[in-house]
Amino acid sequence: MQLWRSISRLAWRESRTARRRLLLSMSSISLGVGALVAIDSFAANLTSSLREQSRALLGGDIAFAARRPFTPAADSLFDSLSTSGVQLAYSTNFPSMAVIKRTGNTRLVQIRAVSAEYPLYGQITTEPAGKWRELQTGAHALIDPSLLVALDTRVGDTITVGYARFLIAGTVKDVAGTPGIAEMIGPRVFIPARYLAETQLLQFGSTAGYEVLGRTTSPGVAARVSQAVRPRRRALDISVRTAEETEDNVSEAIAQLAQFIGVVGLVALLLGGLGVASGVHAFVARKIDTVAILRCLGATSRQVLAVYVLQAAIMGLVGAAFGVVLGLGMQLLVPMALSDILPVDVSVRPEPSAMLAGLLVGAWVALAFALRPLLALRQISPLQTLRRDADSNVLKMRWRDAPRLLVNAAIAASVVTIAVLRTGSLREGIAMSAGAGAALLLLAASAEFLSWLARKAVRPRWPYVLRQGISNLHRPANQTRPVILALGFGAFLVTTLYVVQSSLLARFSLGVGSSSANVVFFDVQQDQRPGVDSLVLAGAERLVQRAPVVVMRVASINGVLVSDDRIESTPDGPRARWALRREFRSTFRDTLVSSEKLVAGRWDASTRIGSDTSSISVEQDLARDLRLKLGDIVSWDVQGVPVVTRITSLRAVDWNRFEPNFFIVFRPDALAAAPTQFILTAKTLDAGQTARLQRAIVSRFPNVSSIDLSLIQNTIGKIIDRVTVAVRFLALFSLAMAIPVLVSAVAGARRERVREGVLLKTLGATRAQVARVMLAEYTALGVLGSATGLLLAYVAGWAITRFVFETDFAPAIGASLGIAALMIALTVTIGLLAGREVFRETAMAALRSD
Amino acid sequence: MLVATNLTKEYQSGSSSLTALRDVSFSIPQGDLVAISGPSGSGKTTLLGLLAGLDTPTRGTVVLDGDDITAMSEDGRARLRGAKVGFVFQSFQLIPALTALENVQVPLELRGERDVSVRAQELLSRVGLGKRGSHFPAQLSGGEQQRVAIARAFANSPRILFADEPTGNLDGVTGEMIMDTVVELNRESGTTVIIVTHEQTVAARARRLIRLTDGAMVEDRTL
Repeated sequence: MQLWRSISRLAWRESRTARRRLLLSMSSISLGVGALVAIDSFAANLTSSLREQSRALLGGDIAFAARRPFTPAADSLFDSLSTSGVQLAYSTNFPSMAVIKRTGNTRLVQIRAVSAEYPLYGQITTEPAGKWRELQTGAHALIDPSLLVALDTRVGDTITVGYARFLIAGTVKDVAGTPGIAEMIGPRVFIPARYLAETQLLQFGSTAGYEVLGRTTSPGVAARVSQAVRPRRRALDISVRTAEETEDNVSEAIAQLAQFIGVVGLVALLLGGLGVASGVHAFVARKIDTVAILRCLGATSRQVLAVYVLQAAIMGLVGAAFGVVLGLGMQLLVPMALSDILPVDVSVRPEPSAMLAGLLVGAWVALAFALRPLLALRQISPLQTLRRDADSNVLKMRWRDAPRLLVNAAIAASVVTIAVLRTGSLREGIAMSAGAGAALLLLAASAEFLSWLARKAVRPRWPYVLRQGISNLHRPANQTRPVILALGFGAFLVTTLYVVQSSLLARFSLGVGSSSANVVFFDVQQDQRPGVDSLVLAGAERLVQRAPVVVMRVASINGVLVSDDRIESTPDGPRARWALRREFRSTFRDTLVSSEKLVAGRWDASTRIGSDTSSISVEQDLARDLRLKLGDIVSWDVQGVPVVTRITSLRAVDWNRFEPNFFIVFRPDALAAAPTQFILTAKTLDAGQTARLQRAIVSRFPNVSSIDLSLIQNTIGKIIDRVTVAVRFLALFSLAMAIPVLVSAVAGARRERVREGVLLKTLGATRAQVARVMLAEYTALGVLGSATGLLLAYVAGWAITRFVFETDFAPAIGASLGIAALMIALTVTIGLLAGREVFRETAMAALRSD
Repeated sequence: MLVATNLTKEYQSGSSSLTALRDVSFSIPQGDLVAISGPSGSGKTTLLGLLAGLDTPTRGTVVLDGDDITAMSEDGRARLRGAKVGFVFQSFQLIPALTALENVQVPLELRGERDVSVRAQELLSRVGLGKRGSHFPAQLSGGEQQRVAIARAFANSPRILFADEPTGNLDGVTGEMIMDTVVELNRESGTTVIIVTHEQTVAARARRLIRLTDGAMVEDRTL
């Protein structure tokens, strides 16, 4: 016990001159710990906020929804709920054109026709305040503030929706349960439900969502109602959800998101571990003399190791604690950055469990990675006091040293354990650890390659400084491996973020750019078609496409009715429920369009299979989800009329194009008698022409909605801007992470470089020559490190875009080159700064102090 | 009592081998003061390293106070050093992060002893540095540093003290003072002292002289 006390005292005193340096090495771990603490705390905050606000999120304790007007059976269910004490609120939601009478401006909006009881939970705040209560007192509308600008309108104007007119009473500031970004995607107009009929917009086949929210009197009622209704929901044609289920779903989604972002934190932690390892390696080299003295004075190898492990453990703990504080700071920033896309207000509070976990994981990772270089201290001979060998010889360890193998195994096991715990899946955890391991191996291999290349490539005719600089890459005590690892990993992280971002953005811009039409009109009824056609032909440059739309549902597949439970299972696996129950908006034509490609079967519009069976073409992803094959017989319920079809072809559809695309394409004559709507796309020259055309059509046909594609482009642009900001933040974070690691890596060889530089100066080298030697070395390291990182990033980026986002890979050449240049500059700067003593001191002074 | 028998040290360098020390044998009774002398490269430091158990011989044995240190493990030798051996080096070899007092305490602390500061302070006072205990090595002159080293060497009341060129980094007057201290401590405590030196004046202070040339013992006489 006394001995341990003495060892601790010695460890504390002996750390005096090295605390700052050791802490710098350990700070590599701080950013990783910070990321983990921030992510976990934020996820926990979000989950508890969700729990508190789940009713506001759903709008009630229970919600019933339908895509068609409620059936009489559903209505009688609501009546019975109402009489048993459940308070109900109604809401009908659908897209429509809104027109401002004063200016004539039009815009596609989301109409929300709500009953007086809405919302049952949560608050809707308005500007001016208190207008929500006034909404139901007359033909009033409350609109999203963005519409004030988009429609160039103001409170007090009249807004026309369909055939009804409303007075704009104010704007809605905050609607409980909807994220801010919802306003950007579809600006909302709230109107009283009793004026819905006046709009005359809800015709047969219109796209609308019907919702009934319920507030129960006692807990548990919602779950019981939900359980009772669930078996009958197909017959009632409604879906049912409770607040608890919503909370579970959202919590699950958040947990998955947190896991995904947590991967970045884990990689940060690993990178921090590498930084610790190279920093501690440099620290150990500086301690050779002291350890040799301690050995002379009778210290055993265990005592020596104990002194320095204790120092590293305490500094690791301090580094991790610093990370926890950093994490708390980042946790405050996250809700600010995400407030627009979160459905609830997140109250930020410290999460002790996340903080403790971050502290322990960080301290452990720091210690495990520090142990590897620290083990070399055991073998420092006391003879070094009499005869000093080169650092690299003193610290050279046998490959098969048992404690070293044990530490390696402990590091690998720790990484896998943390990864498995964080991803929550053994397979994913192991795969992720293997991926990180493979990246490290590749970087280490590329460092070896650089050393080999440096040995082979140097030519006697090269200028001296270049030869010297390049040769430093393979000479004893070189820093090639740690620098390439740190630099490569940093470049890898940052570039991966950028190439994934660029691939995702390329998808959007391709979609908008290749479309020749820039305005779309939909919900055009059959009898309105000639009128709309002539207005478009007169007001636009040209009419690009006119597609008929027929609304239908699946009635049966190969004779099995959709109401029969057996329909869901097939020998090839289960059919996707969403597709079995959804409403399809299909078209009919006799040719393929430019966004489609035939992938199976034959496109033969003239095929008549039998008098009652027509051929259809199915989109390949839908066919996969519904387990449909060529030759399958699908019967459709076309608004009450059965239509039997056989699948004769499968198509690949490019959904990213802003063109009318369809899951199912029928033969032209098969749906001749069905009630049909139309979608028209047109090309206009400018925004003015678009606005005039929209006004002309809405004023004659108020039910016809239209979208100006340039507005969508703007909205996407705004979303992209937010994504870009998030990506930049992550990239900056990765870069900030790479710096301490790089500093630690360079510090490893600093003593050797300074000693060498001073010797060169003693032998007559000018300061400029010494600087050029260092420049050559660090530039070579920077170039290869960045190049390897970029290569890895392109492989990872390709894999992520291809397999996670299922889109084409678009390389970000400019950004990649910029990152590489930045990384090279960073390496050279850190290298020259680390070796600045060479320039500052005279040869004699440096040699004496050495 | 220190007994060296047929001590030989060979270094392997690639395929060729270099003999640094060849069949050196002698015995030194407790309390003696011996100088090991010889020109540069004669094997003085190699011999010191082997006698103190800092290195292992290729052949031969060293028995220190009845223990065959050549048969011990590295950690066994470290414990023996902690208990019975003191060192003084040419370059002082103080731990830079520790104060003078703390440097003297280290051997005692490594043995797990209590109240070590009192004994360390006593030792510092004995070498005339009683008031410099809180200074760091960098704040002391070369002579003062070497006196701290001597106080540290005597902290564990060693049976034997090894000094490697103890005056090599000091001017003549300071060197004399250091040697006075060493001789005095040898006389008072009965510690065997073995000094490696190439300086005649230092060697002359010993009672016995062992001279080496090219790794072989060429002279062993009482002065």
